[in-house]
Formats: sequence, structure tokens, C-alpha cells
Amino acid sequence: MLILTCPYCGVAADETELAPGGQAHLTRQGPGADSAAFEAYLFHRKNPKGVHFERWRHAHGCGKWFHAARDTVTLQVFGTYPAQSLTPPDTILKAIAATYPGFEWEGEA
Amino acid sequence: MSDPHTPMIAQIAQAPAQGMITLRGALSARKIAAAARAVAGVAMPGPLECRFDGARGIGWMSPDEALILLPRQDVAEALASLQKALVGVHATVVDVSDARAVFRVTGPHAREVLAKLSPADLSPAAFGPGAMRRTRLAQVPVAIWAEGDGAFSLICFRSVAVYVGALLAEAAQPGGAVGYFPSGA
Repeated sequence: MLILTCPYCGVAADETELAPGGQAHLTRQGPGADSAAFEAYLFHRKNPKGVHFERWRHAHGCGKWFHAARDTVTLQVFGTYPAQSLTPPDTILKAIAATYPGFEWEGEA
Repeated sequence: MSDPHTPMIAQIAQAPAQGMITLRGALSARKIAAAARAVAGVAMPGPLECRFDGARGIGWMSPDEALILLPRQDVAEALASLQKALVGVHATVVDVSDARAVFRVTGPHAREVLAKLSPADLSPAAFGPGAMRRTRLAQVPVAIWAEGDGAFSLICFRSVAVYVGALLAEAAQPGGAVGYFPSGA
């Protein structure tokens, strides 16, 4: 069972109270983008075995979108942070590095 | 079927015609907090809290949403006074009395009846008097608040009120006590 703490209301919400929103930190490709970039934005998603940055919505709660960093294999949660963040906060990256020394964020997709 | 001679482990009652007003805006803003206090008679609650004074109160629904509870017949007047107080302020007030149903769960095992149906931590330590939490009851969203003396209230959408009433009644059947929480907690 996955439990994520909503960074807005502070509730430790069960997975069944949340709605998944897929990969976080995507760069939106607008009308001026070329086809390949737009295709990548629409369809190409990471499916890592390990650390993943995701969007979640506290659907059965305060209703806010937030970001979470977790391990898709061990289900270890490294932390959650507001959806307005363009990059994962240092505290999250440090928590990941504590488990996976040398981990570096790949940057926006 | 329940045995008519064995009491239910909690009493379920659907509250008649509760007045409810949703207030959205920056809850900590002075004007918004003052306007809410003027109609509800209590100060704006903090996160995951609710405050009551008699029939009126405010529940904290999200960082930018509060639920004002008051007698049904006072809703129109309160709505008008809120709208007057919030002119020029980025906030919205809506009468949602007809949108939601209110249930009251009382009795020695009221906490267990709710905990059986929800993934939320409803232990006495985590969910004491004055606590409020929006969560899930079986398949539908609800908001639950603890009133103290072992009584709880919950709101759900009116469209699922029959479902919620049946769920609660089923969970409160005689012999349904789990004994996980102390009786009356």
C-alpha cells in the first residue's frame, strides 16, 4: 500500500484517496513546436525501474495536485512537494541520494 | 437480518436540512476570516480542524475552502451578508445546502463504524474532538468531523446519501464491533 503525504493539507493519504497523474516535470509543447517534440510531449513517458517523479491529486481530500518522488520497485517514498515546483527540491534529492548514492535528476522531459 | 433484541453498535441518523455555505478564497486573509466569523460565530479553523458554537460552525475543507454550517433558515441572510462583506475580495460563496447530506454517527462504537469504511487514520490519537478530514467512505468521497463525546458527523453528496446510509447501517449491525478502539473513544 502506498501512502503519500499531501504537501498542501498535510494528510497522509492512502493510495485509494489519490488519483494518479503520470510523470511529473514535463515541458509543455505548444502550437509552435515541431511534430517530433509534440509527439514526445504527448506520448513518450519514462517507465523506470527505480526512482520516479510523479504527479498525484488528493482527489478524496483537499483536491490539490502535488508531486511525489518514489521508488517504483521498493515503493519507498522519498517525499512529496508542491506541483508548482519546476525542479525537485534539494530535500527530496538528498533523500534519494541517501538510498542511491550519486543519484542525479535527469531534468525536465 | 439484525436481531431486534440486540442493539446496533452505533446509531446512524441523517440530519434534517442542514444549512451549508462553501466559502473559497485565501482563508487567512483578514477580510475573509472576519466575514466567516461574522456569520458562523467562530474563528476560522486551522488546517484539518472544525470549530462549532451551538448550531453554527466552520469546517476546514482545503487550503482555500471552508464549509460554513448553520441552520437552514439562516442561509439566505448569511449568504447576503457574506457577499456584502466580500465585495472587492477574491472569494466566492455558494449555498450548497441542497448538494450534500449530513449523517450523525453516535454510540459506543461510532469511531469503529467509520474506521471500517475509510482508509483514514481515525484512531483517537490522530482524530480527536475538533478534527476534520475529507476522505473516502467505501466508494464515495466524504468529510468527517469529530464532535467529541464519541459522536461524529459526516457529509457526502446528496446523490449518494442512500448508499452512505446503507453502508453505515450495515457497518453498525449488532456484533459488528471490532474492538480495535476502546468503546466510547
